[in-house]
Amino acid sequence: MTFRFDKLGIVIAVVVAYAAFAAPFATFRANRIVPGQARSILESLPSALGALLLAIVIVGGIIALLKTPLVLRLAASVIALAALAILIGTAGGFLTPAGNTFARVSPASGFWLLIFAFTLLLADVLTRLNLSPSARVGALVVAALAVGALLVSGSWDSLSILKEYASRADSFWAEGSKHVTLALGSLAAAVVVGLPLGILCHRVEPLRAGVLNVLNIIQTIPSIALFGLLIAPLGWVAAHVPGAAGFGIRGIGTAPAFVALFLYSLLPVVANTVVGLAGVPRAANDAARGMGMTDRQRLFDVEFPLAFPVILTGIRIVLVQNIGLATIAALIGGGGFGVFVFQGVGQTAMDLVLLGAVPTVALAFAAAIILDAVIEMTSTKRRAQPA
Amino acid sequence: MIEIEGITKRYDETTVVDNVSLVIEPRTIAVIVGTSGSGKTTLLRMINRLVEPTSGVIKLDGADNRSVPDYQLRRSIGYAIQGHGLFPHRTVAQNIATVPLLLGWDKDRIKARVDELMTLYQLDPQAYGPRYPHELSGGQQQRVGVARALAAEPNVLLMDEPFGALDPIIRTKAQEDLLAIQKRFGTTIILVTHDMEEAVHMGDKIAVMDAGKVLQYAKPAEILARPANGFVETLVGSSERPFRLLSLGRVRDAVEPGGAEGEAIPGDASQRDALAELLWAGRPALPVKDGDGKLIGRITVEGLVKRARPA
Repeated sequence: MTFRFDKLGIVIAVVVAYAAFAAPFATFRANRIVPGQARSILESLPSALGALLLAIVIVGGIIALLKTPLVLRLAASVIALAALAILIGTAGGFLTPAGNTFARVSPASGFWLLIFAFTLLLADVLTRLNLSPSARVGALVVAALAVGALLVSGSWDSLSILKEYASRADSFWAEGSKHVTLALGSLAAAVVVGLPLGILCHRVEPLRAGVLNVLNIIQTIPSIALFGLLIAPLGWVAAHVPGAAGFGIRGIGTAPAFVALFLYSLLPVVANTVVGLAGVPRAANDAARGMGMTDRQRLFDVEFPLAFPVILTGIRIVLVQNIGLATIAALIGGGGFGVFVFQGVGQTAMDLVLLGAVPTVALAFAAAIILDAVIEMTSTKRRAQPA
Repeated sequence: MIEIEGITKRYDETTVVDNVSLVIEPRTIAVIVGTSGSGKTTLLRMINRLVEPTSGVIKLDGADNRSVPDYQLRRSIGYAIQGHGLFPHRTVAQNIATVPLLLGWDKDRIKARVDELMTLYQLDPQAYGPRYPHELSGGQQQRVGVARALAAEPNVLLMDEPFGALDPIIRTKAQEDLLAIQKRFGTTIILVTHDMEEAVHMGDKIAVMDAGKVLQYAKPAEILARPANGFVETLVGSSERPFRLLSLGRVRDAVEPGGAEGEAIPGDASQRDALAELLWAGRPALPVKDGDGKLIGRITVEGLVKRARPA
């Protein structure tokens, strides 16, 4: 019997080997800000469990390395991820001395690399399985439910990031909802303004280059600079427009964050609307006119439905970008998960940084998967016809 | 009846259509033939006002085509283009129903009409109605495009190189289908093409255009026999001319009394096909049969050769 190697599997196996044997699995610290001490897999877990986890990741690595059936690769990645997720919680309990509330145990580079390697394997398998859009969303829901179950069960409570959470549970959810409101609200505003603007740019050719250039320039302004630039005008509006201040408009805070995110969102929405409309087959447009559709009917019955998948792609870019960018809003008192990131940086408490960063990444990831699925669903029936 | 009177279209300094006048009789097929850039498509598009003329008038059954709003005018005129222009996001049935829907027909009437047209075009409404255009073959897409143009029972059908994207075998079939449907509905058709073969085959009259002007507007036989000038002659193609002339006549019109050996040729075949048959069989004459298979005489190479030259 000959073995054949899987190309991506070689990378995964190398990462797994390094993470399992050379990198620390968990970090133990006497309190939340002192430097930590590295612990390997075998040191982090009761001996039987440590050996079991090591065996699971090694077998998983070998399965990834060789050309193996997809079902086997799927099982290997799911089992390895589940074992890692459950046992990192066990490691937290095992490493923390009984009754010590100051000691912190957090996942270390080895753990994250193993998660990365097996997620890569899982993503590769899911791609090769060519799942339908709804099946992909289903897989996302299953993963979210599994993580949720682990969180609720309390098996991760001994980890540092959840200890940070425990002391900030109320503000976590408040900042979380602010984060989502900022990201979604600015997206909604950008769609409301950007779609008509895109249609206008498509119809009125001379406008196109100008509008897109201005939006391009806005896109290149660093976010912190944009916040700074907005302080003066928004402060003026708050002081001079009656009711504006009562509406929450101020030089700093949520208003400039919202405006900045909105401005950043405009380019992808407008540009994709223009590209989408330009991509409508000429013959379809000509036929629509020739058969007696009015401009309005042509826009809503032909151009818009055909451009929709491309426009949706723009909205997906904006949503993922906004979820990430909204983190910066905390700098000017705009709230959101960024609050924890900047507090954590200020206190050199990496666990607190993670408390802000991990949900942000998870949100962006979920938004990307869901919108990709929606895009695919809307465009399957409209596949471009052979020219 | 379509009356085109002194139509001119200028873009800045370029004159695309230059003072063209044509009368197209009802229930006939007029073919506008010319090279690319001759202005034939622009002329066609001025009939349903996709292009507005710089000067001149176009009358449909006596009424100026500017007497109603452009979108209303277009709903009353069928329009089929090269590459069919089907809406990729709509099913075949929805595509065909486009104009009836715009005109506000009721559901049952639309469905009845869509089914009628699909059946006419040998597309099973049950099987093909719910499909999307990309799921059809090129020939089927083209048929749906023409069916869509005919959906609202227009008196006039404009066609811009409707068969341009089809392979030769499917193209011949599409041309036959169109001729049959034109007979059935009595639609007045104006067809734009660059293919003289197609023009001779389809047209009751042919308008030859070059550089925005109509050089000759006459019956196919006239164009072949007496081209108005050198350009028309080139377009007709001197090496093809006798065969094209023969293709206009039926075998039954060239039958001579007497019998002959060999396999009988049907009376409604074209004289061109009969000549090919004779040459291939290596015989000076072949018998001719009518629709019932009864022999009605013979056709000879000698007789056909005489007919291959204008009288």
